[in-house]
Amino acid sequence: MAAAETGALPTEERVGQVVLPGDVLLLPSHPEADGERLWLGPGAALPGRLVCGPGLRSCGAGLLVTKCGLLRHRQSGGAGGGSGGAYWVDSQQKRYVPVKGDHVIGIVTLKAGDIFKVDVGGSEQASLSYLAFEGATKRNRPNVQVGDLIYGQFVVANKDMEPEMVCIDSSGRANGMGVIGHEGLLFKVSLGLIRKLLAPNCEIIQELGQLYPFEVVFGMNGRIWVKAKTIQQTLIVANILEACEHMTPEQRTQAFAKLSER
Amino acid sequence: MQKNLCACFFQFMQRGLDSETKKQLEEEEKKIISEEHWYLDLPELKEKESFIIEERSFMPCEDLLYGRMSFKGFNPEIEKLMIQMNSRYKKEEIEADDTAEADVSDEEMARRYETLVGTIGKKFLKKRDQRVLQDEDENSNMRPSKAKKMFLKPQD
Repeated sequence: MAAAETGALPTEERVGQVVLPGDVLLLPSHPEADGERLWLGPGAALPGRLVCGPGLRSCGAGLLVTKCGLLRHRQSGGAGGGSGGAYWVDSQQKRYVPVKGDHVIGIVTLKAGDIFKVDVGGSEQASLSYLAFEGATKRNRPNVQVGDLIYGQFVVANKDMEPEMVCIDSSGRANGMGVIGHEGLLFKVSLGLIRKLLAPNCEIIQELGQLYPFEVVFGMNGRIWVKAKTIQQTLIVANILEACEHMTPEQRTQAFAKLSER
Repeated sequence: MQKNLCACFFQFMQRGLDSETKKQLEEEEKKIISEEHWYLDLPELKEKESFIIEERSFMPCEDLLYGRMSFKGFNPEIEKLMIQMNSRYKKEEIEADDTAEADVSDEEMARRYETLVGTIGKKFLKKRDQRVLQDEDENSNMRPSKAKKMFLKPQD
């Protein structure tokens, strides 16, 4: 049985390729010991802080891959003169795991005294305090019923504790978070599609925006809420968003052309 | 040792004790307490300074946009929010871009300041000197300035 050597390959070579859990990625300018921290190569800046994103973990030699997918890299803007880049694994999954700072859409399932229990699609329901809304005080309670949709972000989300979410940011303002309106349609897609749609220059969103006036909320837990003027338009937008994951750009332009004819 | 402790404690609580004896008792108590503490008899482990920050969220990696969007004026508040939130992300990148367009060019500023010093300076001149300046300004020919009236010592 030939032991396949997964091999510790330099990271730059693997960017854009498929990586599997267990692969070790070597970092080029990894400091050997404490004394050699300031390793200034010819014309090279300080290595700086490297961000090890989702799907990667730091081990002794470099980065250890924990999810299968494509390895991505992003060079940092250079604000501090080489503050390192970011590496992460672009993987696909449908099941959401709560992460601190993520904005998600949740459904209120329980109203128990001072807190609401919100279903976010994770293994546990998140708790949301009634004071975590803009302008909420003990006397002035927010108007939240069971079954309402909430757009909020996580403040506590780790594997040891129940996730907690809030609908205000650190300065106390709502910034669009809170209860989402009553009408509209909520549906579920995969997590990779959400990230694709929220990417900075997403063509799908730009093209859709020129079709009809509508409103959409993307939750990082795979949930999308859409509302348009008529039910038919709402359903059309929802169908496009669901289907665009598996359409090629040409098919997409065809579909849009057909719709804009009507 | 227990009896010793109790005795120390009660002595400590008594009023009218010297401050010296009190201090002594305090020190003894501290010594006893610190000796009872447990500690690991291991060599000191040096923590390697790591340059790697572990991040579990996709937001900083991929620069995702804000999750609420509205198109064609369906919800004007959300459209305002979109511009605000997305520019906030961009603002952090373009911090060093301080090339703001100046409304007034540098040369004009220099010229203004030159004359400004003169005009403000006039304000602080004494009245006599101000009159002198006025005469100069009105006539293009320079009049011989009057001798300033000073105290003349009376001659014998």
